[in-house]
Amino acid sequence: MDLSLSTETMGDRTIVRVGGEIDVYTAPKLREQLVELVNDGSFHLVVDMEGVDFLDSTGLGVLVGGLKRVRAHEGSLRLVCNQERILKIFRITGLTKVFPIHTSVEEAVAATD
Amino acid sequence: MATVELRFSALPEHVRTARLVAAAVARRAGVDEAVLDEVRLAVGEACSRAVGLHQIGGISAPVKVMLIEEEKQFSIEVGDEARHAVAGEGAGAGPGDPDGEADEDEMGLAVISGLVDDVEVSAGEHGGLIKMTWPTTPPPTILV
Repeated sequence: MDLSLSTETMGDRTIVRVGGEIDVYTAPKLREQLVELVNDGSFHLVVDMEGVDFLDSTGLGVLVGGLKRVRAHEGSLRLVCNQERILKIFRITGLTKVFPIHTSVEEAVAATD
Repeated sequence: MATVELRFSALPEHVRTARLVAAAVARRAGVDEAVLDEVRLAVGEACSRAVGLHQIGGISAPVKVMLIEEEKQFSIEVGDEARHAVAGEGAGAGPGDPDGEADEDEMGLAVISGLVDDVEVSAGEHGGLIKMTWPTTPPPTILV
């Protein structure tokens, strides 16, 4: 399965819905999307990963890169994920301390810290 | 002897194929279903790293994956032909790159060592090898 991406605006937040597999082949597409959003002035991003079937360290690298970019503009990057196998990768790499991870898009959009 | 041996051009699009083949052979070898996700991720990380090393080094040789079924265990060996520099000397993106490409290699290894209990990483002038091993359970005896 390839990667699918779609975006939606909710107030000052931009939701990026990701589906499929984020790996060494598809991660550049996600990177391009995040870079484009930041360049267009969207600095508060919510990446919805509920449709993601597979995530590897290349994908993690892209998310960390996105976080650095939005932080340069005092923005935020929040993740929505309930899948244990995806959450495990964030735990192994210690990235649960870096990304705010929410259980729903609504919760992520409402979060302010 | 390798049960299945796979060689692929060092291109990112082939890593998924390697993951799928590895998971299929691991399942057949008797690796627990609950661990197959970890096998898939670990082999993907090892192959992504090898592809990156070949691309950075301009190496045209393929990446090699050996899927080895043995008694009570299943091993995957991912070999690259990159000349490995002393740790910390590796090529990669500069500190100004916000995506930190240079860190991805390290993150890949971190994921592998976090996932797999039995892993050996070796590297030399002629290439590197990541060997990962999982226990297998023999299929239950079918009584007729």
